[in-house]
Amino acid sequence: MMQPGFADPVLDAQSAFRAVLEALSHPGRIIPIAPAPIPPAPLSPAMGALALALCDADTPVWQDGGAQAADWLRFHTGAPFAEAPAAMFLFATGRPPALSTLNLGTDEVPQDGATLVLNVASLKAQGTLRLRGPGIKDEVSLGVEGLPENFLAERAALRPHFPRGLDIVFCCGAQIAALPRTTEVI
Amino acid sequence: MNIPVNPVAEQLAGYNFAYLDEATKRMIRRAILKAVAVPGHQVPFGAREMPLPYGWGTGGIQVTASILGPRDVLKVIDQGADDTTNAVSIRRFFGRVAGVRTTDRTREATIVQTRHRIPETALREGQVLVYQVPMPEPLFRLEPRVSETTRLHALGDYGLMQVRLYEDIVKHGEVATAYNHPVMVNARYLMSPSPIPSFDNPKMHMNPALQLFGAGREKRIYAVPPYTAVQSLDFEDHPFRPIRAPHACALCNSTESYLDEVITDDQGGRMFVCSDTDYCAERRGE
Repeated sequence: MMQPGFADPVLDAQSAFRAVLEALSHPGRIIPIAPAPIPPAPLSPAMGALALALCDADTPVWQDGGAQAADWLRFHTGAPFAEAPAAMFLFATGRPPALSTLNLGTDEVPQDGATLVLNVASLKAQGTLRLRGPGIKDEVSLGVEGLPENFLAERAALRPHFPRGLDIVFCCGAQIAALPRTTEVI
Repeated sequence: MNIPVNPVAEQLAGYNFAYLDEATKRMIRRAILKAVAVPGHQVPFGAREMPLPYGWGTGGIQVTASILGPRDVLKVIDQGADDTTNAVSIRRFFGRVAGVRTTDRTREATIVQTRHRIPETALREGQVLVYQVPMPEPLFRLEPRVSETTRLHALGDYGLMQVRLYEDIVKHGEVATAYNHPVMVNARYLMSPSPIPSFDNPKMHMNPALQLFGAGREKRIYAVPPYTAVQSLDFEDHPFRPIRAPHACALCNSTESYLDEVITDDQGGRMFVCSDTDYCAERRGE
């Protein structure tokens, strides 16, 4: 049977959006999403909340969660599926496609750069990632376990292309932390 | 004076929460997120017709409607004042279509929608300042073609604006912008701060609050995330100078706040009072 989406589509979408807004405004800060839906595995609750809050018929989506996840996303958001390079939102439960192959936008239209939503094994407020950039007072640290191999190097390789780039949201359970394209991992 | 937080107004039946439909909110929310990710860059959005005319803050209202939740406390100011027509009608609008609490107190508010001022009371982390923007394009008067300004932003080529400021100095001996003084955001994008007095420009720099800008008629949203460098454009030998009338407020004696000049009669009588009514009232102990 199809798992439900938000209990209250209007207010739950609003609070999920505010969580993402806060996460992107304060890169590296761990923000809980409550209430979050329970999407079919391997989609995480946070990932499900982002999809329901932000995706619709206007947003081509890529996902690797299998048929049940695809059905759930299609039913609740109405979003069309696309190949990774054409997707506005990517929901990666496993290894994401090579970052340089995704839509980075153009210098004139950098807002076309995709949003990559990625499941990770754990998120901790203190950790090995030292972050700097807009939204961060001096420097913060974030602990992320379960990042794909070479992920940070691939991301760092996109930095010179700014304002083109990818915005990344890590999900763990119902928690998120974001790395917008402006954030530098030092 | 009002009590700090006004009671919840009765929500109007027949409207979605915060007036806009959900598809519109999602579209605006996506634009806001990308605006935060590329600080100072103008993101186009499909502005809707609002129950207010253009020029009354339709951009700011749509941004506010898209971020607003039932737990928010909303403050609306028009040139610093909580009690002018524009501020009162926008506050009442959201009281009725979203049932949110409203306030005059900067400290109590989680969202402050503003027309052309930044409150004197320092904003804190977690607050959102929503600006109403008439003309988002800082290069508009120098280059009317949008295709061309888009390219100049892509290239980060802002020589035109530097030349304009230079010509001001040649003609007037100083940069002659008292408001809407262009700023560089995160050392990358030239941005219009909306027509706030240049006095307020330094408050944008490294502000702990999130700053969102909405232009309804021009259909653009842009943002300055918290703790982001915002530098007013200037020259080494002509540094940026915020302007303030050299007086004390006639009501609260403040020598720090931005002052409005008020004509009191037709004999040349005038007084200077704080533009920020909440700040002034608080100093007077009201």
